[in-house]
Amino acid sequence: MDLIIKNLPILIVITPLMFSLIVAVLPNQRHSWFLTNLASLLTLFFSILLGIEVSEKNLISYHLGNWPPPLGIEYIVDKVSIIPIFIIAVISCLASSFAHNFFTSEVYNNLISKTYSLWLLTIAGLMGLVTTADAFNLFVFLEISSLSAVALVAMGSKVDKKALVAGYNYLILGAIGATFYVIGVGLLYGVSGTLNMSDLSQKIPELGLNKSVIVAFTFMILGIMVKAAIFPLHIWLPNAYAYAPSPVSILLAATATKVAIYILARISFTIFGTSYDIYSFESLRYILLFLSICAMFAGTVMAIFEKDTKKLLAHSSVAQIGYIILGISLVTKAGIASSFIHLINHALIKAGLFMSVVAMSFYTFKRIDATSISGIGRQMPITFFAFIICALSLAGLPLTVGFISKLYLIKAAYMSEGIWLPFLILLSSALSLVYIWKLIEGLWYDVDKNNKLKIKELPEIYIPLLIITFLNIYFGIDAGLIINSSYNAAEALLNGIK
Amino acid sequence: MSNEFYIYLCILTPLLAFFLTPFLNKTPNFRDILGPIGGLISFYCSIKIASLFLDGEELGFVFFQISESLSISFNINGLGVIFGLVASGLWILASIYTIGYMRGNKEKNQTRFFTFYSIAIFAAICIAYSGNLLTLFIFYEVLTFSTYPLVAHKQNNEARKAGRLYMGILVGTSIIFLLPAIVIVWVLTGNLDFTEGGLLKGYISMEYAPFLLALFAFGIGKAALMPFHKWLPAAMVAPTPVSALLHAVAVVKAGVFSMLVVITYVFGIDFLTETNASVWLIWVSSITLLLSSCIAISKDDLKARLAYSTISQLSYIVLGGAIATNIAVQGAAMHIVMHAVGKITLFFAAGAIYVATHLSKISDLNGLGKSMPLTFLAFFIGSLSIIGVPPMGGSWSKFYLMLGSVEKQYLFIIAVLCISTLLNVYYLLEVPAKAFFLEKKSNVQVTKHPLTTYPTFFAALLTIILFVYIEPLKEITNLIVGIGK
Repeated sequence: MDLIIKNLPILIVITPLMFSLIVAVLPNQRHSWFLTNLASLLTLFFSILLGIEVSEKNLISYHLGNWPPPLGIEYIVDKVSIIPIFIIAVISCLASSFAHNFFTSEVYNNLISKTYSLWLLTIAGLMGLVTTADAFNLFVFLEISSLSAVALVAMGSKVDKKALVAGYNYLILGAIGATFYVIGVGLLYGVSGTLNMSDLSQKIPELGLNKSVIVAFTFMILGIMVKAAIFPLHIWLPNAYAYAPSPVSILLAATATKVAIYILARISFTIFGTSYDIYSFESLRYILLFLSICAMFAGTVMAIFEKDTKKLLAHSSVAQIGYIILGISLVTKAGIASSFIHLINHALIKAGLFMSVVAMSFYTFKRIDATSISGIGRQMPITFFAFIICALSLAGLPLTVGFISKLYLIKAAYMSEGIWLPFLILLSSALSLVYIWKLIEGLWYDVDKNNKLKIKELPEIYIPLLIITFLNIYFGIDAGLIINSSYNAAEALLNGIK
Repeated sequence: MSNEFYIYLCILTPLLAFFLTPFLNKTPNFRDILGPIGGLISFYCSIKIASLFLDGEELGFVFFQISESLSISFNINGLGVIFGLVASGLWILASIYTIGYMRGNKEKNQTRFFTFYSIAIFAAICIAYSGNLLTLFIFYEVLTFSTYPLVAHKQNNEARKAGRLYMGILVGTSIIFLLPAIVIVWVLTGNLDFTEGGLLKGYISMEYAPFLLALFAFGIGKAALMPFHKWLPAAMVAPTPVSALLHAVAVVKAGVFSMLVVITYVFGIDFLTETNASVWLIWVSSITLLLSSCIAISKDDLKARLAYSTISQLSYIVLGGAIATNIAVQGAAMHIVMHAVGKITLFFAAGAIYVATHLSKISDLNGLGKSMPLTFLAFFIGSLSIIGVPPMGGSWSKFYLMLGSVEKQYLFIIAVLCISTLLNVYYLLEVPAKAFFLEKKSNVQVTKHPLTTYPTFFAALLTIILFVYIEPLKEITNLIVGIGK
């Protein structure tokens, strides 16, 4: 047990990684599915242990292969990174638990085992991204996670060939993003001679005003912005979410962009936080603020005019990412805390929404159009109930998590920018009611009489769905845990800024 | 027994009725008696709470702490005491009447009807005793959702369409205007608790206050300020006991109650007087008041006419709040009670007429006064109370409202009130006049149900009792505005 505890930071990465190798070569798909679940559960278990450890120690530093940093690769788990770790572990557990029926119907038969393998690789990549404290190692995990995610998206080609194009777009843009990032890292290494994040944060201020650092910072931020789907670099996202196999949509929607946002915060606060007095990043702050406001409105408007339900949810994700980035761009404790609150809450909300939409599309084998499959809510009352709760949460009604995030975001915005920013936030969330209402109404009213498909509840999906829904309400009523851990995270991040 | 017990009991009784009703589907007598018994228990508790409040006791508890400054909590204030008394007291009458109406009319799905009826009362009482804006908002929504099945009870296309409009306006306004307003209050003050003398003082600048008030005024769609009043006449497709409940007790009163709570405990009367933030609201409510009275005249359907009359009467209450002097707010608070009793009488009478004759048009009611003397007498008394003629309760509140406008020297308000009174006389008294003085059409069958007639008459008597027995109500309203502390 002691051995496990000591090696926890690497265990959450290595467990899915190792299982992914085994899963790929298994002849029986059911076994692959079982092992995937086992790996996810193990990862969740390790994450919980890690959470307990972190709450005692504040920061766990792990030296890979016992090579001490800055030369060796360091893994750090602290109050910031534990949040995305939990999101990834929980979502991966819930989503893989019902994945089997979906993969058998949506993926070519000979590729199913490989899909599971890619699934675990994505999780390993995401976990690595979150834990690593080495700028170059981060790039490696960035590639692992996005390449496997691209392949996962392309697996959806059995249902719709557009999945290939979506995957291709994702690949190209992801590659550009990763390249930008690695260019930045290279420049930084050139001037400072180190790759370790905390070491970088000490060396950069010593360089004084240095143009390479500015260029490096710009490249890194731009690269990550692509991954985080920050407007206007979000164009890969709607199609990737919409055409991927159903469980993959859920996994990506709830985790991939969240992790990228986490990295964005890490880079701008942990690596460059110490040099804020040398470089004025004020203009960057306003660029991010401006982009996030654009995202809020552009995402919402696109969602309003979108018919395909999955794409609609993806557009809404773009808007929600806007809210999260908005919090970060305020660079105050309240702002960053509010964006972490929304990071967690939005993962819960979107996972729930995608799960219910996916459940509804199972028997129809096609995309749920806001007009084509109406009245489905009456045939699947449990799923529809969960959908409504999550949708209300997205709208930000009291007693759901969405309300808590909106409340804290608006407060943070008001405290640093005055009245105009809360006004814009409120306006965009009022606009978002349009598409939320459109979804609910389309699914409930107007029963389609010509619809001969037999649609019934899917027990294997509504159990995880109800868990997510319960969490949506529970953390809306007892919000202390999320709020406190987000404030702790914000404090830990801002510690770096001098 | 601690004093909080009464709040719990008062709230939980209708909730219990809600849970029990579906199980008593097979024994309708037992199911139907739940309402009056529950009403009696809740009313007893409300009286107890009122007397404790008058003794100066602080009553309240935090039910749930969401985060540091957010909670679901219940707290007794003067307005809440009044609304609690109205909701629980009229529940007794309405539930007895409902039995008569539903049976006399042989309605379907009676169990579902009674189930949602109780939950609506539960929400109304929770609104009355809520201690902060968040609690108020949550139960405001519960009230909307629980009354939707009642509005769409007949389940035909017309009822569904009306239900959609009802939900669309009430939910829409509350999410688009009211919720942001609440969020803004929390952001500005870090607090949502109702505070005597106002919460916002010192936190918001003068230029923004009217806009925030506008968010509240239009966000509380249940107060039926124009242009968000359409849901009320649309909801008339519901069975009459629902209209009585909606238009006299629960829904609309929850709306104006929230309005007054916002004005007295969130903005504060003094603050509104200093900043003149509510002057625009005087105009809007005056316009609503006159316009809806004019529309009421044009309606031949009795319930539709009463609906527009309700819109106009609700604006009296909003107007009282907007004038923002102590006396005007007192008048507005009294008008909650007076209008509730008066209007429930009228709706009861309308329902009784419908059960007995299946007539709903005013022009068909000629000469019915001789066959249904008690019902039409009750209608007459109720109308007088709404018009504001002594010795009916309605005269008090109108008197206070006028005093308030004189105090502020808004003489045009007096003109508005006078014109509206004349319109009231015209469109309300037309009904008993036709019934008593015109010739009866020969082919009308009258089959009365006793449980619809007697509650109606009793409600009419109540308007007279309230004129004589005004003192306790006056004391409570004194405490609302902080006189005699």
